[in-house]
Amino acid sequence: MSQNNSTERLWLSGNEAIALGAFEAGVKMASGYPGTPSTEILENFSKYEGVYTEWAPNEKVGLEVGIGSAFAGVRALVTMKHVGLNVAADPLFTASYTGVRAGLVIINADDPEMHSSQNEQDNRNYAFAAKLPMLEPSDPAEAKEFVKTAFEISEQFDTPVLVRTTTRIAHVKGLVDTGAHTTSSVEPGLVKMPAKFVMLPGNARARRVAIAERTEKLQDFAEKFEQNRIEWGDKKIGIITSGIPYLHVKEAFPEASVLKLGMVYPFPAEMIKDFAAQVEELYIVEELDPFIELHVKALGITCKGKEIVPAIGELNSHILKKAFGKETAEQFAPESLPPRPPNMCAGCPHRGLFFNLARLKVFVSGDIGCYTLGFLPPLSAMDTCVCMGASIGIAHGMDKALGEDGRGKTVAVIGDSTFFHSGLTGLTNVVYNKGNSTVVILDNRITAMTGHQENPASGATLQNQPAHVIDIEKLCQAIGVEHITTVDPHNLDETKKALEEALAFQGPSVVITRSPCVLIPSEKKRKKIPYFVDTKNCTGCKSCLRIGCPAVNWTPVSPEEGKDLGYKEKQKGHSMINEMCNGCGECAQLCKFDAIVKAGTEEA
Amino acid sequence: MKTNGNILFSGVGGQGILLASEITAYALLEAGMDVKKSEVHGMAQRGGSVVAHLRYGKKVYSPLIEPGAVDIMIAFESMEAVRYLPFLHSGSQVVANSHKIPPPSVATGKMEYPANLLDTLSSKVPVLSVDGFAIAKEVGEIRAANVVLVGAMSAFMPVDGDLFIQVMKKRLPAKILEVNLQAFSRGREVAQKNA
Ligand SMILES: Cc1ncc(C[n+]2csc(CCOP(=O)(O)OP(=O)(O)O)c2C)c(N)n1
Ligand code: SF4
Ligand code: SF4
Repeated sequence: MSQNNSTERLWLSGNEAIALGAFEAGVKMASGYPGTPSTEILENFSKYEGVYTEWAPNEKVGLEVGIGSAFAGVRALVTMKHVGLNVAADPLFTASYTGVRAGLVIINADDPEMHSSQNEQDNRNYAFAAKLPMLEPSDPAEAKEFVKTAFEISEQFDTPVLVRTTTRIAHVKGLVDTGAHTTSSVEPGLVKMPAKFVMLPGNARARRVAIAERTEKLQDFAEKFEQNRIEWGDKKIGIITSGIPYLHVKEAFPEASVLKLGMVYPFPAEMIKDFAAQVEELYIVEELDPFIELHVKALGITCKGKEIVPAIGELNSHILKKAFGKETAEQFAPESLPPRPPNMCAGCPHRGLFFNLARLKVFVSGDIGCYTLGFLPPLSAMDTCVCMGASIGIAHGMDKALGEDGRGKTVAVIGDSTFFHSGLTGLTNVVYNKGNSTVVILDNRITAMTGHQENPASGATLQNQPAHVIDIEKLCQAIGVEHITTVDPHNLDETKKALEEALAFQGPSVVITRSPCVLIPSEKKRKKIPYFVDTKNCTGCKSCLRIGCPAVNWTPVSPEEGKDLGYKEKQKGHSMINEMCNGCGECAQLCKFDAIVKAGTEEA
Repeated sequence: MKTNGNILFSGVGGQGILLASEITAYALLEAGMDVKKSEVHGMAQRGGSVVAHLRYGKKVYSPLIEPGAVDIMIAFESMEAVRYLPFLHSGSQVVANSHKIPPPSVATGKMEYPANLLDTLSSKVPVLSVDGFAIAKEVGEIRAANVVLVGAMSAFMPVDGDLFIQVMKKRLPAKILEVNLQAFSRGREVAQKNA
């Protein structure tokens, strides 16, 4: 994609629009860490000409890279999901003090309803806590514009700027017009500005005052900012809203007067007071926390918010109509159906590990990735899941808390991307403090969960350049782990043996399960020989079903069909392998009756 | 002709719902409409139940369809047609793939796949059942079942069927264009025969 200044109308997702906005704003540097719903921003941005884009190992590093670029006078974009900002919070709070040279914009993607997250924290609170301006678009067209505006604000007010999206902006597609290209007036280069860049207490105290002045200036700016706007309608009801809830409000109450905040922090206090004074009843409609509501109430204004609008989960126009006592459409009651949770792919390398963890009946200190699906039946082999990297710290905590009583009974599981994100420090702690934990590193060579992004174990960068592959074995050795084994998780018995030995070892132990994710391009291309069930040999023991592969299905048969197949009377069905099979061979290892056969090896 | 509407896409992760909803959306855009589509990525894509909302009209605000407000539901799997029943009303049209994909509880023999799902559904709303899988097999590409369903659905939409064909020609890689065009017209025929 190259530069083109004539306007074109495109249909883009919020994430694609943000990438375009950054490109139009002259951004040259982008970093971040994958996380739904933010991931596609960097993937799309990397396709533009003349830009540098990278996956950092975690969000903290990603933000620090962005700060470096901004200090060097080059506009930078940093992206992450909401929980990623927790990881990046440390540089965030002090970057607020240092300010920038060239613009620095952080895209933070919240996930109300937890479509693919472990919590639904409302990161507008970070804007208040870190004293940073935050813009909140409501659709892809605004997302693009707001990113451009954010860079202007960043340079004008010497501040990093947060842009908050949610799942229903990031993954909504809508019409977006391309626009003019802007550039920074800042000169790239190394400029020493110790009073601003070196946050020792003496300097930081001076900056603290500068931040207070900046916030005041931003408050003035908010009063005039064209994206903080009033849409007058019927003055009986006035609604203050922002982001995606604005669209639900327009849908549900087209007649109401609306104050839409494009910038959710700092607030335009005068504008709010003026709006409140002109409407009979004032409501605040916002997703998750009463963020706007608390600030409006702090101005001494009476309003209704979370008394009627849910503070939990996503909003939509239906929920709003009900909250305001407005009539809603007739609808059918739901039917009760078998649930359809997600499952690991057929041939997923994680399956063999979790099958073994289940049969060893250990307590599994879990982590986040595709392998978290090992929690679900029939594997049911994950007992904790808190945040990325937590598996190792939690296992060590249990080991130290229980002493001999817990020895050899817990296993921490962590994916390769998660290990580089925040597992290294946990493992260092285990060794340093003489722990006994067994840590399994699930090395599938990719960050699979979020849609297959490269990581330090992949051998490629985000821009698809070859990269050094970090040797995980040597890394663990260097940390001081004495017992390290590497296994192919598709080999069930070998994996079991490796786990047993590691659990029996006195001291920290690591098992690396190494086999590529079946969905990475090289694996997709590789021709795989599928397995099939020789139904005559199948005794219906259901042994192969214990691994929960989506390609193996139980198939009931009628008494007559059973008879034809030569089955005993009590055999009610047989297993079947469908076209999804990726030929990993795990199910065949579980069959004691030679009923699961690799295609091409069957006896004539 | 109704110029605004709500289409709900439902199915199982990996069934090509993304492509189906993109083709539909681009056909509506070609017809000059505002279109918003909302979907969920991440965890939901590993074989779980997935749903995408598509809304079109002169101007679309919210990207989410309200319960009881779906005009057309296109379901790529039988059970997933029934799962989103609260989005339908008695005037909704359902276009459903008769294909069945067992969820884990059924695949492991713990539960049975509910019987006669589409019949029960058609006692509440009009249902066009399409054997997308069989038709796709006939045109020579089982992965084109999603486009068979789009073909069937297109017959219920207020835009010209040709727009879909134009969109596919513009947006699909040459390698898969021909089978998809065939899949589309076979699907459309099924709907027209049943009309
Ligand atoms: C702080 C934080 N950042 C990002 C995410 C999103 N996320 C969940 S799991 C994951 C990585 C999974 O990769 P890996 O550990 O290699 O396991 P895989 O999915 O490949 O099995 C990411 C990026 C998150 N949950 N928390
Ligand atoms: S995407 Fe890869 S890692 Fe994730 S479940 Fe599928 S095979 Fe396993
Ligand atoms: S060999 Fe068996 S376990 Fe492996 S993918 Fe095929 S059906 Fe699934």
